[in-house]
Amino acid sequence: MKYRSAFDIIGPVMIGPSSSHTAGAARIGRVARTLLGKQPSKAEISLYGSFAKTYKGHGTDVAIVGGILDFDTFDERIPSALQLAEEAGIDVIFTVEDTVTDHPNTVRVKLSEGDREIELVGISIGGGTIEITELNSFELKLSGEHPAILVVHNDQFGVISAVTNILSKHQINIGHMEVSRKEKGKMAIMVIEVDQKIGQEVMTELEGLPNVTQIIRMVD
Amino acid sequence: MLFRNVAELIALAENKGVKIAEIMIQQEIEVTGLTRDEIIAKMDRNLTVMEQAVERGLKGVTSVTGLTGGDAVLLQKYIQSGKALSGNVLLDAVSKAVATNEVNAAMGIICATPTAGSAGVVPGTLFAVKEVLKPTRMEMIEFLFTSAAFGFVVANNASISGAAGGCQAEVGSASGMAAASIVEMAGGTPKQAAEAMAITLKNMLGLVCDPVAGLVEVPCVKRNAMGASNAMTAADMALAGITSRIPCDEVINAMFLIGQSMPSALRETAEGGLAATPTGRRLQEEIFGKKQ
Repeated sequence: MKYRSAFDIIGPVMIGPSSSHTAGAARIGRVARTLLGKQPSKAEISLYGSFAKTYKGHGTDVAIVGGILDFDTFDERIPSALQLAEEAGIDVIFTVEDTVTDHPNTVRVKLSEGDREIELVGISIGGGTIEITELNSFELKLSGEHPAILVVHNDQFGVISAVTNILSKHQINIGHMEVSRKEKGKMAIMVIEVDQKIGQEVMTELEGLPNVTQIIRMVD
Repeated sequence: MLFRNVAELIALAENKGVKIAEIMIQQEIEVTGLTRDEIIAKMDRNLTVMEQAVERGLKGVTSVTGLTGGDAVLLQKYIQSGKALSGNVLLDAVSKAVATNEVNAAMGIICATPTAGSAGVVPGTLFAVKEVLKPTRMEMIEFLFTSAAFGFVVANNASISGAAGGCQAEVGSASGMAAASIVEMAGGTPKQAAEAMAITLKNMLGLVCDPVAGLVEVPCVKRNAMGASNAMTAADMALAGITSRIPCDEVINAMFLIGQSMPSALRETAEGGLAATPTGRRLQEEIFGKKQ
């Protein structure tokens, strides 16, 4: 079940004109911004499929950049996001790709600031609902049927067991888990799908672990 | 999940003797862990956004390109002239659907139902039927939960994306959702609501997504008009006791399969249909220059 909530159908409240090409695009941009953890100095955005063909008409470009500026889907600054990004000193580069992707509404976003860099592929599946299918060259396989979190951490021994220990302490069962890293000893990620809802206190506890950089809810 | 298809949804509502809206609210409580009050307050806020969008559109808006805007006002004036051939409730629904989508095209604030391109149909019919049925605020919120329940089934079993399934997935879904909600608000049974959804969607099968210049303007605004009138007609048919020979879930599946076999040119790429007409191409060049 890709859509879980009544508000995936009646919602989001958003700036027009397209839920998939505007609101969904803004949400993908914002996930990228959240993963980077700060405002980037450079944003490279590659558009595929229907996104590539119709981005100007749908305001997909301003929406993604609006998301990168941390704007929500209903932020009235979205239409002027390109100008605001320029004023904020963000170097924005758009590329229109011909490659055929699995989903027609696909975008690759690469953000960087100093030595921090994040690259993701997002798809906008309709009605403003999005999925992140790739993160830092790592393919994410989320069913969307269960709550899921993403843990960004340093590639050190003991981090995985520390995270799973906290989950087990709170009687949260892991249904699916993947770990990956770019390079030995550098940044690594865990994607964990669980059966129970992960409360804020659990999130805070996970965030406090040594070598854990970031915890992000992928599916509520 | 309490239900995965329309048949399960209807069975639940019938067995518990409650409205479809109530089943959707119960599922939302189960899935999100939020309280009933929180969930209702959230939908109340979406309803307010819809009200404000209709209000704004009825005052008259124009999109950035100038391609759309002002038609909701024209229609309201026509209704007031007393010369309208269709019923006033139907035209009021059309006008309010158009109003919402004109605001959307003008990059105003709207609530996607289920998408932005199809955001006019559900509120358009709701605020027109409201004038006749005089519902309470809570009944209007329930109207939206009923729409959500049917949209939820379509989104998970077929699609609500024009890029994936064409306009039948967007305005088609919205129109079916609205028809079911109208039936429930008018006192119809859960089964009649499902019949209305099936009848509506059957009339939308195969509808392509062919936006001129890739803008959610032409033909999207007028497709919302058609979606609203289709919903009103199907709701009346279901309330009259007319049923669909093909069950609702099978119609939804047919919509999914049709979307899958639809060529890419007709799925929100602005490469086929009305977008590829001489006028469509000319408008695209006027707006974006020779090459996009």
